[in-house]
Amino acid sequence: MSEEAGLSRRHFLTVATTVTGAVGLGFAAAPFVASFRPSARARALGAPVEVDISKLEPGAMVRVNWRGQPVWVLRRTEGMLEVLEQQRVALADPESRRSDQPDDTRNPLRSIRPEILVMVGICTHLGCAPIERFDVSPADLGPDWRGGFYCPCHGSRFDLSGRVFANQPAPTNLPIPPHRFLTDTLVLIGEGTGASA
Amino acid sequence: MSSTSGENTGGGLIGWIDARFPLTKLMKEHITEYYAPRNFNFWYVFGVLALVVLVIQLVTGIFLTMYYQPSAEEAFASVEFIMRDVEWGWLIRYMHSTGASFFFIVVYLHMFRGMMYGSYKPPRELLWIIGMLIYVVLMAEAFLGYVLPWGQMSYWGAQVIISLFGAVPGIGDALVEWIRGDYFISGATLNRFFALHVIAVPLALLLLVVLHIMALHEVGSLGPDGIEIKERKDASGKPLDGIAFHPYYTSKDLVAIIVFLIAFSAVVFFAPQFGGLFLKPANFEPANMLKTPDYIPPVWYFTPYYAMLRAVPSKGLGALLMLLAIVALFLLPWLDRCRVRSIRYRGWEFKVALGVFVVSFIALGWLGLQPATEAIYIYAARFFTALYFAFFIFMPLYTARERTRPVPERLT
Repeated sequence: MSEEAGLSRRHFLTVATTVTGAVGLGFAAAPFVASFRPSARARALGAPVEVDISKLEPGAMVRVNWRGQPVWVLRRTEGMLEVLEQQRVALADPESRRSDQPDDTRNPLRSIRPEILVMVGICTHLGCAPIERFDVSPADLGPDWRGGFYCPCHGSRFDLSGRVFANQPAPTNLPIPPHRFLTDTLVLIGEGTGASA
Repeated sequence: MSSTSGENTGGGLIGWIDARFPLTKLMKEHITEYYAPRNFNFWYVFGVLALVVLVIQLVTGIFLTMYYQPSAEEAFASVEFIMRDVEWGWLIRYMHSTGASFFFIVVYLHMFRGMMYGSYKPPRELLWIIGMLIYVVLMAEAFLGYVLPWGQMSYWGAQVIISLFGAVPGIGDALVEWIRGDYFISGATLNRFFALHVIAVPLALLLLVVLHIMALHEVGSLGPDGIEIKERKDASGKPLDGIAFHPYYTSKDLVAIIVFLIAFSAVVFFAPQFGGLFLKPANFEPANMLKTPDYIPPVWYFTPYYAMLRAVPSKGLGALLMLLAIVALFLLPWLDRCRVRSIRYRGWEFKVALGVFVVSFIALGWLGLQPATEAIYIYAARFFTALYFAFFIFMPLYTARERTRPVPERLT
């Protein structure tokens, strides 16, 4: 064998060994990387929850825990629904084009039934929990405030459909979780009717 | 047996070891015959002080793990148990929490020293980069550790920081879920943060510290005049302006260590919370995922970056800006075009720019502690963020046209 052929053979063997070793390392790393993902128990605990809304008064809100997230169920009054339409021009994403919600709630009221709003109470800016502020023109939020949600961390303001106002730290509207009505008074949170948008 | 000149040729235990391990050689290279400029000033104690804090953190940390329970149900109670029931547990815990803040105090002063005297300039670029990596790893370590007591600030601070990863395009949400190991921040998150905080990150930190010192001892210490002492040596090859690290600087550092320990003890014993700056009052309340505290400021050493994040009305851009603020520091050796190293002989341009940088960093740090409601704070944060970046962006321009003073050949 010539010396040149020997060298190229050695080079090939070096590259082949390195590549095989790298692939092996990749396979060996996969279980460790995958072990970081939610465990079977965490996935089981993330199952859907039922909420009974028969005793929810108009203007009242309940919080339930779904996957460790605060989910709000608000029965809006007629007056609240009227305000929503008037404030449309001041919103960042009135049509919820950039926001996270199932298809059947991509409407101005962001709900399946007009008065029942089901929403994840986590600010889309950095994950704080906004506070419900249904009072009109309070001293701290200014005379233009017509009721909505206010995030105390960085001051993001949302209307009564969880739509963010323009020029706020939060980039998108508050997310709507997948949900559907099992009966007239029973909502299932965590499982929708169709695809999520 | 033959032996090279650097080794102990004598007998006895040391001779026996030297024939098998380079003990005397290492001692000479790194301690008794490591020459540093003879005019180190007060600014040159912070590297050694950082090592002292590292040792404090390692020792107190090991003892804390003996009682701490890394589970969502027991973490908070186990920290209270350490504080109330473990003999001297309060002292060990306060030393560890105070040590975290003091780590950043000495590291920030150490970094400022490097910027003032041009310690990042060739051939010390790699030394600077390793140091910056230590800073980044230290920030990760501090963040992970802050989550462990599982108080309200731990929980919501983690929420804010982890959600920053959601800004990564495409894989953001999946990445956040992967980091948390759950659909929300839960015991799974706490447990992995504990593992990272006590094993993975400290190992990385120790390795980087060793690399930092190895790189330093390869290129040599620079000193406040920015003059290479290696360029002028006497007949025996010893730098004319150098003195041995031991005994000259070890004895100097000992004074600094004593002063440091006095300050450290004063905080540990008399003001461990330091007015809410070192330990937040809200963290004495157990984590509650359904109740956000009204106001979530990070610990003081992160607030400059936090102010930048809040200054931008876009989450993705805000996170990118924070990242760039740190990346910019890595690039310092290449942004600075001036050939003179020390501020003592540099032009007014750099002095003004460095002053602006320090003022904007401190102002951002203060603004990051303020609530988000006042518009004036947001505008101020934007102003100082712009100044912070101007320092780096215009550096190639103002350092290139700098009128420097002549650098002396020997130390002053």
